[in-house]
Amino acid sequence: MKTIFLILKREYLVRVKKKSFLVMTFVTPLLVSCIWLVPVFFAMRGIDQKKVEVIDENGKFGNTFKDTKELVFKPVNMPVESAKKEFGKSGYDVLVHIPKDILENPKDLKIYSEKNVSLEVKRGIEKAVEQEIENIRLVEAGIDRKVLESTKVDVSSDTFSLSEEGEKDSSSGAATGIGYFCAFIIYFAIFLYGVQVMRGVMEEKTNRIVEVIISSVKPFQLMAGKILGVALVGLTQFLLWILLTFGISTAASSILGQSVGPQNRIEMMANQPGAAKTPPTEKAKTEQKNSPMASVFKAISTLNIPLIIGCFLLYFIGGYLIYSALFAAVGSAVDSDTDVQQFMFPITIPLVLSFIMAQFVIREPDGAVAFWMSMIPLTSPIIMMVRIPFGVPAWEIILSLTLLIGGFLGTAWLAARIYRVGILMYGKKPSYKELAKWVFYKA
Amino acid sequence: MNILETRHIVKQYAQHRALDDVSIDIPRGQIFGLLGPNGAGKTSLIRIINQITGPDEGEVFFDGKPLSQEHIGRIGYLPEERGLYKKMKVGEQLLYLAQLKGLTERQAMEKLKEWFIKFDIKTWWTKNVEDLSKGMQQKIQFVATVLHEPDLIILDEPFSGFDPINANLIKDEILELRQKGSTIIFSTHRMESVEELCDHIALIHRSKKVLDGPKKAIKEQFKTHTYHVEYQGVLNDLNPAYTVLDKKPLEDGFLRANIRIPRDAEVNELVRNLIDHVSVRAFGENIPSMNDIFIKAVGEVPN
Repeated sequence: MKTIFLILKREYLVRVKKKSFLVMTFVTPLLVSCIWLVPVFFAMRGIDQKKVEVIDENGKFGNTFKDTKELVFKPVNMPVESAKKEFGKSGYDVLVHIPKDILENPKDLKIYSEKNVSLEVKRGIEKAVEQEIENIRLVEAGIDRKVLESTKVDVSSDTFSLSEEGEKDSSSGAATGIGYFCAFIIYFAIFLYGVQVMRGVMEEKTNRIVEVIISSVKPFQLMAGKILGVALVGLTQFLLWILLTFGISTAASSILGQSVGPQNRIEMMANQPGAAKTPPTEKAKTEQKNSPMASVFKAISTLNIPLIIGCFLLYFIGGYLIYSALFAAVGSAVDSDTDVQQFMFPITIPLVLSFIMAQFVIREPDGAVAFWMSMIPLTSPIIMMVRIPFGVPAWEIILSLTLLIGGFLGTAWLAARIYRVGILMYGKKPSYKELAKWVFYKA
Repeated sequence: MNILETRHIVKQYAQHRALDDVSIDIPRGQIFGLLGPNGAGKTSLIRIINQITGPDEGEVFFDGKPLSQEHIGRIGYLPEERGLYKKMKVGEQLLYLAQLKGLTERQAMEKLKEWFIKFDIKTWWTKNVEDLSKGMQQKIQFVATVLHEPDLIILDEPFSGFDPINANLIKDEILELRQKGSTIIFSTHRMESVEELCDHIALIHRSKKVLDGPKKAIKEQFKTHTYHVEYQGVLNDLNPAYTVLDKKPLEDGFLRANIRIPRDAEVNELVRNLIDHVSVRAFGENIPSMNDIFIKAVGEVPN
């Protein structure tokens, strides 16, 4: 154990001290933060309200326009020509001219402004006018205004899953999202760190230091120390990524929040679920309930989060161990980068296949394909993680994990047998037949 | 007392028997030359002694006990193919390798200090291995091999890659290590260094041990009972028991001849016989060089 620890320590420190590790670790959270902060930033700029002057020659519109986030309407009483002349001084952004015969010729609406009006503003104004024309026509047809208002509803649905525990909230959207996310992280991590294990083995072999090392330690100890060391590097990197992304995002959004001015900020806060500062008026409550973030949180809260996290860790570790042992075996069998491809291919097939199959499994998480692929140790880390948010019987998870552990022991044994021979073999590229022979060599 | 004994070692690879019934005894405190042409099985034997691989048949005894993991810290190994972690600092690397051999960090540090002063390489401590020249890397690797003061040191072609000055430095270190009581197994093709350093030798050829024993005894065994003489005059009418193998004139009017005498003949008789016929300038026995012995035993030129 002491030797494995020594090896692990070296593998860990060498990698963590590398410049590329530091760059990857610190740049990635910056990029991730940018990816979601930039749209937010622009969305917030868009909240910039335009002031709209309305000249209503028809007379039926008057004060009926409702202000929106983007537009504030102000009726004015003056002839169009003088309004146009004074427009520059008036401080308004847009001038809307509703001609007398608008009801007959709806296409006669005119919009004036100093700069070009954005498509969004144009649509907003057109929509407001359209709405009013519709209303006016309906009222003229004898329908009461109150009836009109009561017909406007906003539909959104909640889905429920029926189980022995009775009716409970579920959200297939959230389950899909979480399942996919976990599967992707596992897929990504196996590749990223598995290849690092392989490169490490190849480095030792091509540097010829391996002979010195294994005159001091057993090949299995060297392999195990390397795999565990890289695993710790991976955990460190992921932890830093999470902390840094969170930190940068929080810092950046608070800076952004200040720069958009107090009025919008309050509005934003009101839209945020659980914003404590605004009094919980009836309106705010309904807004909270309907805001998309809130519904995501609500959906997530219906899932079995501790189970998902627990299984994620187990499958993450199990999947990494299985594949990195295989990657180590590949690294030991080859001399040069050019030979890697041939042996990498069969290892990556189950990995890539399970990632592709994940999208079918998501559509039918209880199908036969889903079941079998979540039992086979090489595919289960990805497929089972896709299924778990939808709910999987406990016995299936236990069986799958047992098989995963068994699979790991099997691949570790196999990899160790190839590894101990491979690291001392130089020269020609071995065939699969030779690899098979190595497995049965006496140590 | 032998520090290491191998008994009837057999190592079989798929199509090839690398070692066939190899038994050697390595006496303590000696420099033991392990000789043989390329592909004879030297490296296979060395790997078995280092427990990198195991024998298919036979046993190895270290200090009278079956070889096991506990002996790893008492063996130091310098493989023919040298290698270090290129991106690692010299100091860190040596500390790591010493710790793998069972030293604590503090012990390793103390011993490293001595070596760094001895070799005058203090400035190398924080350098990356890849920034050192090949010869410098070899020196580092030699330090790594002997740092834990092993009882048995295995050196595979230790002088390759060294310039003559550094090769001499390493040679002196090897002799000093023997002085301190270490046993050295020394595998090489360079017969002049075998001549100079080894006390014992074993010769492996085509997976079998063909020769072993103290260097002196082997030389005795390969003695040809021939003598050379430099003389003036006519070398005829010698005792018919003596065979003149060849004669050739030297530049200064003298001649040089090789003469074989029967196994039981007295050298003094030959000298007397010579003096009667010619005037002798120089006379001596032809002692076989290691090179001659190698060629004779193997039928190949060492390469």
